[in-house]
Amino acid sequence: MVKFFIVIVFVLISSVSRAELFIEITQGKQSAMPIAVVPFAWHGAAPLVEDISTIVQNNLSNSGYFRTLAPSGMISQPTRVEDVVFNDWQRLRQDFVLLGRIDQTEQGYAIEFHVLDVHQRVEILRHRVRGSEGQLRDLAHYISDFVFERLTGVPGVFSTKLVYVTTNRERTQFNLNYADADGAREQLIFTSRHPIISPAWSPDGRQIAYVSFESGRSEIFIQTLATGQREKVAAFPGSNSAPAFSPDGKKLAFVRSEMGNPEIYVLDLSSRQLERITNHFAIDTEPQWMPDGRNIIFTSNRAGGPQIYNVDIHSKQTRRLTFEGSYNARARVTPDGRKMVYVHQSSGRFHIAAQDMQSGMVQILTTDTELDESPSVAPNGSMVIYAASERNRSILAAVSVDGEVKFRLPSKYGDVREPAWSPILR
Amino acid sequence: MQQKTLFKTVGLAFGAMMISACSSTGDVNEGAASEATAIQQQAEEQAQEQATTAVSSAALEGEALQAQANEAQAALLQQTVFYFDFDQSTIKNESKAALIAHAGYLAANGAARVVLEGHTDERGTVEYNLALGERRALSVRGFLLANGAAANQIQVVSFGEERPAVNASNEDAYAKNRRVEVKYQSR
Repeated sequence: MVKFFIVIVFVLISSVSRAELFIEITQGKQSAMPIAVVPFAWHGAAPLVEDISTIVQNNLSNSGYFRTLAPSGMISQPTRVEDVVFNDWQRLRQDFVLLGRIDQTEQGYAIEFHVLDVHQRVEILRHRVRGSEGQLRDLAHYISDFVFERLTGVPGVFSTKLVYVTTNRERTQFNLNYADADGAREQLIFTSRHPIISPAWSPDGRQIAYVSFESGRSEIFIQTLATGQREKVAAFPGSNSAPAFSPDGKKLAFVRSEMGNPEIYVLDLSSRQLERITNHFAIDTEPQWMPDGRNIIFTSNRAGGPQIYNVDIHSKQTRRLTFEGSYNARARVTPDGRKMVYVHQSSGRFHIAAQDMQSGMVQILTTDTELDESPSVAPNGSMVIYAASERNRSILAAVSVDGEVKFRLPSKYGDVREPAWSPILR
Repeated sequence: MQQKTLFKTVGLAFGAMMISACSSTGDVNEGAASEATAIQQQAEEQAQEQATTAVSSAALEGEALQAQANEAQAALLQQTVFYFDFDQSTIKNESKAALIAHAGYLAANGAARVVLEGHTDERGTVEYNLALGERRALSVRGFLLANGAAANQIQVVSFGEERPAVNASNEDAYAKNRRVEVKYQSR
């Protein structure tokens, strides 16, 4: 009886904390490359706990860069290069074929995989990777990243992670979650009855800074993922929010508001020295470091409505970056510093816009989601994940920085908000 | 409990006003008191009665007015949620009477403490909304201070868009979510 009760409680808890995200692709690239991912050979007695080639196929397809062929539509399913009949793939209008074999080893598994160019009729890539049983999903993401980078020239981000906040409808439970970039393997890393906002990754991917209201007001914590250890780093009188690690990980930019005047500060994480960066009676918030570690872009309503500004943290010189529309906020920069994405309001709707830092050209990336907010750029600079509203619920969606690829990550339970895409983890 | 204390205080204030109302019509009351001694004399009684009627009806009328004023005051104090326009932290004219009543209450009750909770609708960004919610709470604080409340009586906290009053994505819900809630910690 006691055992039964425990099981029930566990199921309830897990249904609350698990958002169970799954990807639904809504728009792919016009130029998506056709690739056939042939089911990998596996001769073990029992089926593997993860279907490697299906995960790889989904990854490539969800990226928008590839159009994959369902195994049911294949004429042949070779698992060795010498068994490939190029004519079969040519007839199916495929550009590339990915095939492989999974072998059991003493330590776990070894996967050898090959990519063939159907038009050139040659093998263009051959690679072997090993991992333990618990790493089967990681192996699939590794293969996806490897193939993606070789064929597109852009590093893959399938092995990266997301953190995001989930809440129930009543807003009485807030969970900070950690999951694979495809939404799988979700783990709860912090839970509270009070709001959690603004999670931000350290550049080494080992820590998350976030704002928690657990004491009744907003304070900033840094949590180490591996140990779960939390440290309160900013709890000054008033409000503490919007943490952002500097590119070298040594400093934390954040917003401190004493008596209603939010200003950008920089905290040196080792010396605990605090420096005020902005000094204006308007709202200054949402700091984000430029890759040079010297400039910070932020949101300010000093001109009336919210707009994006840049401040040099040494000279404190400030200049306005956005001029189109009455509401531009929460900018995030691509890793190369060439583009920023932010929340832009036009004709009453909130969308994600991308702006070229050099030319100032603005492109609105999202059109089919509503109330878009909290954009976060993938570490390869290709995709932006953001929160949007759908039928009174908050979901995650993603769009490529060029606006061509779109997918959604809806969840089965409650609201999903405040996504933050990890750096490339090494 | 807080409600009870509020009514008690309003009751006390009401009592005080009654006393002052009585003292200003003291002579009339004396006349009313003399009513009992003038029962036997018809003419006198009639005269007295008329006077009494006139006086007591006046007193009753005064009482009724006072009661209404106090009810209005209590009703104003009952209003604890104040609404704002999108991306604005300016106090609306319709909020001012009730906020003046809260300021008056705080001024009259030095031990009373309030927390002003600032909120926004879900539109726009989380952190900007956090700042905006704080701005709203601070405009209310400024208004209360200007109208007699003391700084040590007021605390301010913003929840931004995290705690909507109405969980829906429409103009109606947005209007109800852009708010400052005055929450008494002690009366």
